Amino acid sequence: MKVKLITKVSRSFLLARWKQTLVAALGVTFSITMFIALLSFMAGLNDMLDGLILNRTPHIRLYNEILPSKIQPIDQSQQFKNHHNFVSSIKPKNIRLEIYNNAAVINALKKDARVSGVAPKIIAQVFYNVGVIDVTGIINGIDVEAENKLFLFSDYVTEGNFMDLKNIPNSIILGKGAAEKMLAQIGDNIQVTTTKGERMQLKVVGFYQSGIQDIDKVQSYASISTTQKLLGESSSYITDIQIKLNDMLLAPALSEEYAQLFDVEAIDIQKANAQFETGSSVRTLISYAVGITLLIVAGFGIYNILNMMIYEKMDSIAILKATGFSGKDVNAIFITIALTIGIFGGILGLVLGYGLSALIDQIPFNTDSLPTVKTYPINYNPQFYMIGAIFSIVTTYLAGYFPSRKASKIDPVIIIRGK
Amino acid sequence: MEATILEARSISKYFHDPVTTQVLTDINFKLNKGEFASIIGKSGCGKSTLLYILSTMDTDYEGEVWIDGIGMKNKKDEELASVRNAKIGFVFQFHYLLNELSVLDNVMMPGLKLGHFSEKEIEQRAYEKLKVLGIQNEALKRPTQLSGGQKQRVAIARALINDPVIIMGDEPTGNLDKKNSEIVFNIFQELAEVYNQSLLIVTHDNEFAARTNRIIEMEDGKIIH
Repeated sequence: MKVKLITKVSRSFLLARWKQTLVAALGVTFSITMFIALLSFMAGLNDMLDGLILNRTPHIRLYNEILPSKIQPIDQSQQFKNHHNFVSSIKPKNIRLEIYNNAAVINALKKDARVSGVAPKIIAQVFYNVGVIDVTGIINGIDVEAENKLFLFSDYVTEGNFMDLKNIPNSIILGKGAAEKMLAQIGDNIQVTTTKGERMQLKVVGFYQSGIQDIDKVQSYASISTTQKLLGESSSYITDIQIKLNDMLLAPALSEEYAQLFDVEAIDIQKANAQFETGSSVRTLISYAVGITLLIVAGFGIYNILNMMIYEKMDSIAILKATGFSGKDVNAIFITIALTIGIFGGILGLVLGYGLSALIDQIPFNTDSLPTVKTYPINYNPQFYMIGAIFSIVTTYLAGYFPSRKASKIDPVIIIRGK
Repeated sequence: MEATILEARSISKYFHDPVTTQVLTDINFKLNKGEFASIIGKSGCGKSTLLYILSTMDTDYEGEVWIDGIGMKNKKDEELASVRNAKIGFVFQFHYLLNELSVLDNVMMPGLKLGHFSEKEIEQRAYEKLKVLGIQNEALKRPTQLSGGQKQRVAIARALINDPVIIMGDEPTGNLDKKNSEIVFNIFQELAEVYNQSLLIVTHDNEFAARTNRIIEMEDGKIIH
């Protein structure tokens, strides 16, 4: 009964100044719309930029590296244990870059429940022979299907069919930049020389574009067997094992574990790309700050309008109090007004925010560096909508709180006497 | 003898701004059920101030106010609001109707606040009150569509909706012409005689006051007659 009465009075006050009410509600609508659109766009952009690196970076990479021994002979000597040792000009020992017993290692990894996928890889340093000039490059020998499953390889093959790499013997997919240097077309044969001096003819079946120019100028892809042939190695030769995990956050711990277990070097994605996470979180922080600022500004708008309404409606407030409405009731009336503005403005804002995001999602966005992206990226995360909804209610409540408290303290005598 | 429904016990009141001045000095009087009393006096003699104290709207005073046998001293804002709601009906010089609501809704409002009856019953009662005041045909109009006299009658209907023990008026005819003043006075008189309603009306209209049952005359913050 009482709720109904308060609603009725609130409604009459709202409708009495419906234009101002509308402006206040539109303020909330605008800020929520921008909040949603901004965060969706920013998150979409973050996902895209992160994806640029993260999609193509294994969570853990196992490899061998030519390094000096971690424990030098002098360290093992009992006699000089407590001495400060310095032996200058230490050289690394010669090790093979191959991962030993890699078939067993891959099998063990595939059985690990924490691992979502494993792809073997060979990294081969080569020279592309362009006439008399040699251009340095890297050929990645990959398991085409595994690479595609784990790192969306086909997305980055801009011309040609990526499966030809597997089906056509002695084939290569050239980096876009490298291909431009060599003026190579699909179907052409190119010649590469390995660091050991072996020469080989390879047939170009496609172009690869990662979006990072420096990579595209250097890297090319061939199948594992082609690369093994190129290097003159046996069919068990593998230099890298790339691992994707179900939970990326486990990468640092697991990389240590695998390094111990398989006696190889291991690097995790967090270590390899620490700067990306920092960039993402700073961008997110900025968009939240802007969004929340917008909401607070809208809150001040509501505060002003309610304050004005209280001055205008002082007589009505006075008569309500004279006829038996307590301060609490008057307070409830103005809080109801504020929340009504907040809820309706907020709901409309969420809808328009979704609309604006969808619109941005349609805007063409073509750039050479991002072959897979055709329109501006948007992330439709329901979390943004939740935060927007909660914030619109909280800010309007706070904006209504002080004016309503003022209204509830109005002394009916002063107004009635004032006439 | 009828029961006392309103009693003032040695009420004094000071204004502190800009300098402390005493506006009411030791006011004592009783009002019995069914009495139609008027308070008269020159402007600034404190008659309105007294009315606001008696109506519980002003709480800054010395002395005691008893309404319907209940002391008003040391009551909270909310308790005083419910006393005004249930026991006092107000008619002011200006009608103070809410223009956004219909006449009927305006009359029903204090009844809905009290909540002793269902909405349907309150509506029924509101129609009865409007009928007594001869404006039942205006029930669904907005206050802005009514004449000054009609508005004041709506305000009286609103004051009556909860069957208050007393109706207090502050210059209820002050804004009205002769004809409408007459109508309002006749309504008050009818309420007093037919319905045994107690009324306490502040006025400076001596003609109006002369026709009431009892005249309380004030001067310089004191009751002189």
